[in-house]
Amino acid sequence: MAKKVALLQGNTACAFGALYAGCNFFGGYPITPSTEVAEVLSEELPKIGGKFIQMEDEIAAMASVIGASLTGQKALTATSGPGVSLKQELIGYACIAEVPCVIINVMRGGPSTGMPTGPGQSDVQQAKWGTHGDHAAIALVPASVQEIFSETVRAFNLAEKYRMPVQVLYDEIVGHMRERIEFPEPGELEVINRTEPTVSPEDYKPFDPSFGDVPPLAAFGSDYRFHVTGLNKAADGFPTTKANLVDDEQRRQIRKVDGNQPDIELNEEYLTEDAEVIIFAYGSTSRSARYAVNELRKEGIKVGLFRPITLWPFPEKRVAELAKQAKAIIVPELNLGQMILEVERVAKGTCNIVGINRVDGEPINPGQIIDQVKEVK
Amino acid sequence: MAYDYESHIRPGKLPHIWCPGCGHGIVMKGMIRAFDACGLKKENTAIVSGIGCASRMNGYMDYNTLHTAHGRAAAFATGVKMAKPEMDVIVVGGDGDGTAIGGNHFIHACRRNINMTYIILNNMIYGMTGGQFSPCTPTGDKASTTVYGNPDPTFDIAKLAIGAGATFVARGTAFHAAQIDKLIAEGIKHNGLAVIEILDDCPTTYGRRNKFRSVVDMMKRLKDIAVPVAAAAKMTPEQLEGKVLTGILHKEERPEYTEQYAQVISRAKGA
Repeated sequence: MAKKVALLQGNTACAFGALYAGCNFFGGYPITPSTEVAEVLSEELPKIGGKFIQMEDEIAAMASVIGASLTGQKALTATSGPGVSLKQELIGYACIAEVPCVIINVMRGGPSTGMPTGPGQSDVQQAKWGTHGDHAAIALVPASVQEIFSETVRAFNLAEKYRMPVQVLYDEIVGHMRERIEFPEPGELEVINRTEPTVSPEDYKPFDPSFGDVPPLAAFGSDYRFHVTGLNKAADGFPTTKANLVDDEQRRQIRKVDGNQPDIELNEEYLTEDAEVIIFAYGSTSRSARYAVNELRKEGIKVGLFRPITLWPFPEKRVAELAKQAKAIIVPELNLGQMILEVERVAKGTCNIVGINRVDGEPINPGQIIDQVKEVK
Repeated sequence: MAYDYESHIRPGKLPHIWCPGCGHGIVMKGMIRAFDACGLKKENTAIVSGIGCASRMNGYMDYNTLHTAHGRAAAFATGVKMAKPEMDVIVVGGDGDGTAIGGNHFIHACRRNINMTYIILNNMIYGMTGGQFSPCTPTGDKASTTVYGNPDPTFDIAKLAIGAGATFVARGTAFHAAQIDKLIAEGIKHNGLAVIEILDDCPTTYGRRNKFRSVVDMMKRLKDIAVPVAAAAKMTPEQLEGKVLTGILHKEERPEYTEQYAQVISRAKGA
């Protein structure tokens, strides 16, 4: 049977991806260029008995999402740079309290109000380091409308599986462009739900490490009742300042991502096998990079594209291998050099690393990348 | 027979963090009696708090408890209530938490008229951080950050709540302990956003700086300034100078938010 296809905007695909994943709660606040996600869900969620609420500010939107998730809902918010800055407080809360939720960041220029209608990729380090304190981070960076759909589904899966906030970052170009999308059939993409406790309510501890690095999460309003706090806590969920208990909990929360990187990591490689020059590119920038690779290959230049789809945790192992293989890695970004720092960190000086950077609200075009490859080759 | 508070308290979680003479425990006992009176089920009730001394209360209480970030309790609670309207949702916190950093969430919870009960313990100071002035510290009073006297005007929490659209607003004091549970119970029974302000004392960080020689002096203050609304109706403006009205200050019926959203769902499904 022919699949259902449509010409869809990236933000609309995000909303439908969320619904496919089982999202039944959206808490948001209007902000360009992400607002279409909220608009579509305000229309679609009540049709399935889901809830949409437009909160009084970005922080409240994040708070409502965490509150809803604790009742067992799959909860989403969508925003852009200034909103993500405000949400950092409670992204940290979702980290320490281990509450599954998904945050969409349609990236625009910055800092501050910046360029609301222009694309940017300048929130990529913030996705890892934005909230205070040590914490694990998962961030996904889709590069097409189809991929926004599938990565939104995967973001919910990872959030529920690892009991943590997951961010999906795509720049305004991908968020607002329209492309053909094939809607996956129900069951075609995996949909993961959180693990619920099986112990008796009396024995339930919301952070019990005897169940592994991701302890089961009960729902408020079920037979279980428990305490949730943003303070450092012990396995029973209550605050503690005992050094060993605080240390155990903090390290477990980091380990649940670090220890499962192969499950979380997703990359695409294009003609990297024999490549002497690698382009490390994500989001809209990777589309220009792919075009550049095709053009350069016509001239016999051995160049390939490495495209992270999971940006955090960073694909350290594979980038280190490519750094050994290649003479140079080129890192085009719509910022003044953010992920290049990670590439340099893992390459450890084994190859030449060059950035291409734009923050003027214009995309990086293939010509810029082609010129740079020819220069380093 | 003594009232059974113990069955509402989590085993092993006491003693509490509050100082001797603090009224928060009096309010907690009032809350427990109100929960009993309203027949709240532990599994079906969420107590949501922010940050501060008052916000530590829910950690002691054997319910679903959500100790959130500073000021954000009403916003978290809105998420809980919206997602599961069948749950009873109680918000508890202090004056700084609710009306300064959480002021925006507070007024919008009032505006939505979402069916929750917001209990604000107003001790007129940031106690946990050592006594900085809050929006509820009286003008001229001393705090650790107003050593020359507080230049700021003060919020009247009840007026703020009424102005923002809360449909049930009441005020009690930690001195009038027997009234607390009745006000809270009325608030829980009310279908909409109920704000119950309890005037409280902080002998450690407010009293010492403001010439209250003892906890008894602070309690006497609460006794002296409180005037029940019925009694106030018979008093002159001169007699009411420096007094604070207590009891149910405002009650109206207005559509409740989760019920309104249920209609949105019906309309969407019918469309």
